[in-house]
Amino acid sequence: MIGAIPMTHGLIAAAVLFALGLVGLLVRRNIIYMLMCIEIMLNAAGLAFIVAASRWGQPDGQIMFMVILSTAAAEVAVGLALVLRFYSRFKTLDADIANDMRG
Amino acid sequence: MFGLFWLVPAMPFAGFAILALMGSRLSRNAIASVGAGTVGISAVISLGLGLRFLLSPPSGHTYTLSLWTWIDVAGFTPHFALYLDALSMVMTLIVTVVGFLIHVYSIEYMRDDPAYSRFFAYMNLFVGSMLMLVLADNLLLLYLGWEGVGLCSYLLIGFWYSNPANGRAAVKAFVVTRVGDTAMALGLFLLFTKLGTLDIQEMMQRASEQWPVGSGIAVLAAALLLGGAVGKSAQLPLQVWLPDAMAGPTPVSALIHAATMVTAGVYLIARMHTVFELAPPVLMLVAVVGAVTLLLAGFAALTQRDIKRVLAYSTISQIGYMFLALGVGAYSAAIFHLFTHAFFKALLFMGAGAIILALHHEQDMFKMGGLRKQMPVVFWTFLIGAMSLAALPLVTAGFYSKDMILYEAWSSHIGGPVFWLAGCAGAIITGLYTFRMVILTFFGEQKTAPGHGPGLCIKIPLIVLALFSTIAGFLEIPRSLGNVPLFSDFLEAALPHAPLIEGSVFIEALLQVIAICGVLAGVAAAIILFARRREYIRNLLAKPWAAYLHELWFAGWGFDALYHALFVQPYVYIAQVNKDDFTDSFYNELARLTAAFHRALSATQTGRLRWYMMGIAAGAAITLAIVVFL
Repeated sequence: MIGAIPMTHGLIAAAVLFALGLVGLLVRRNIIYMLMCIEIMLNAAGLAFIVAASRWGQPDGQIMFMVILSTAAAEVAVGLALVLRFYSRFKTLDADIANDMRG
Repeated sequence: MFGLFWLVPAMPFAGFAILALMGSRLSRNAIASVGAGTVGISAVISLGLGLRFLLSPPSGHTYTLSLWTWIDVAGFTPHFALYLDALSMVMTLIVTVVGFLIHVYSIEYMRDDPAYSRFFAYMNLFVGSMLMLVLADNLLLLYLGWEGVGLCSYLLIGFWYSNPANGRAAVKAFVVTRVGDTAMALGLFLLFTKLGTLDIQEMMQRASEQWPVGSGIAVLAAALLLGGAVGKSAQLPLQVWLPDAMAGPTPVSALIHAATMVTAGVYLIARMHTVFELAPPVLMLVAVVGAVTLLLAGFAALTQRDIKRVLAYSTISQIGYMFLALGVGAYSAAIFHLFTHAFFKALLFMGAGAIILALHHEQDMFKMGGLRKQMPVVFWTFLIGAMSLAALPLVTAGFYSKDMILYEAWSSHIGGPVFWLAGCAGAIITGLYTFRMVILTFFGEQKTAPGHGPGLCIKIPLIVLALFSTIAGFLEIPRSLGNVPLFSDFLEAALPHAPLIEGSVFIEALLQVIAICGVLAGVAAAIILFARRREYIRNLLAKPWAAYLHELWFAGWGFDALYHALFVQPYVYIAQVNKDDFTDSFYNELARLTAAFHRALSATQTGRLRWYMMGIAAGAAITLAIVVFL
């Protein structure tokens, strides 16, 4: 059934999703939004894997997606903890405020 | 008995080892007994050997003790062997006996020095190295001793190293003698490649068989050896280090820079005389260097204020006499003067040291004076030494040795009246500067009050050396006074006597009378100028040319300034230019480029997360573009 959708469409959707995430990451200053944009990009990559897996009927893509999913979960856990520390330190969520480490 | 003679150099080395390893844990008395005792044992053994050598000489008047093979590489097998003949016997006796007396003297002289054991360790190492030098059977071993004494000289000149001036004097002595040593090393290479051996006796044999008289190789080899001798013996043009070497403790000046090490050059030429005889131009050069040096150093000694510098210039001048004698082929005269000079110059240095010690390290003669009454022993022994140095007739050792040199300079085939005249002029100057020193130090009014007088350890060596400075001359009495050539007969087997132009006894006596008149004139001039009529000197120095000459002589003829301008400044200039090396510029540019990249890259570290993200995205896009489109 999914085979009815051509692979190019799936890949274009993944690319659009990835571009959305990237642009969001670049323009947003709120650190929580930036984390969400990273999630979007990860999921775009996951979508590309799924599309490719269904095109060739291979399970590898789905396994890759599971790896990405668990990586994303771990990343969110660490990321949110960092965001909490960040907020308690700077009393803001603006990522540009925290540019103390410039060279 | 002869089998034991390896102990002679071994004892001082043992003393050095004990003091170097355990010196800090020994008491001062123990250090003194190890330091002086080991040299004392050497002296006793060598006295016994000397007696044995005199009474029942070994066959051929030589004895070689081969201890072990030192190196064995591709046919190059120098042995660690000691060679005893009349010449090295005389040198060994000088080094051990005078060395022992100076060690005894040092026990008291250095008593208050915190580095007591270091001092005796260096002194023992010096005596050991010097014995290696004179007893060496081959030139490589001789060179080992040669460098060993140079090292000890460096260490002992800079003994009081906390004063930077002493360190500079030590470095100067080391560097200047190194110039000569380099020439000598080249000479050894040349001799070895041409003759195939470094064994001295064998080398002499092969040289006289293979090289005709005056051949280029012989001249070159002799000239290179002369370079080494000139450096070590502080002769023109490498004499500049010796006056500065007086920065060391006075026993060091007495042992190293008067009695033994500085005469190593004389020993070397006497030892290698066969090579020098094959090179008449170099032999002539030796005589000229000696004659010029003895005059220049004599004039420089006339104007010095520091008592030790007077003695230093006088040493240079006396070694000039020895070179003059060597140059005219009068080897036994040179060694005889070396022998007597070792006694009276060590005596003078030790007397000067006793004065310096009593006057709380005051060395300026113009601040001394009137010490005759307070220090009678030092005065009388110093006077005997001074008389011997000035060669006052009949009763002093210096008279007999200098007379022998003067006569042979006159009557040798190589020499001639010119050299005799130079020697006579030198004798006048010697009388003048010696008695100037005596008068300024011991007569006149007292300017600095002496502290405690010298103790037994200083007095006994002074008295013994004063005795030697008198009686050593009777070993060789000229024809006009009875003809007792004991010393040159003893050396005959090792050093052939140069053929002399036969002259009558009358001529010899006439020459002696002239020389004696010269000496007496010098002494009388000193008494008039420095004791009776001081205003003559003052009036003379008021004239500009005399003041200029005084300044020139005081600076040792300005050799230091000349060498500074000729060698030191160009070297410093080259060093400064080379500091910004051309080849370095490439690496400097590379470093600068790296630094620029570093700055550019570190500027991108803004700390703004979104810029980093931008960078990653742009990088990914570019990579992608490359993969897709290329």
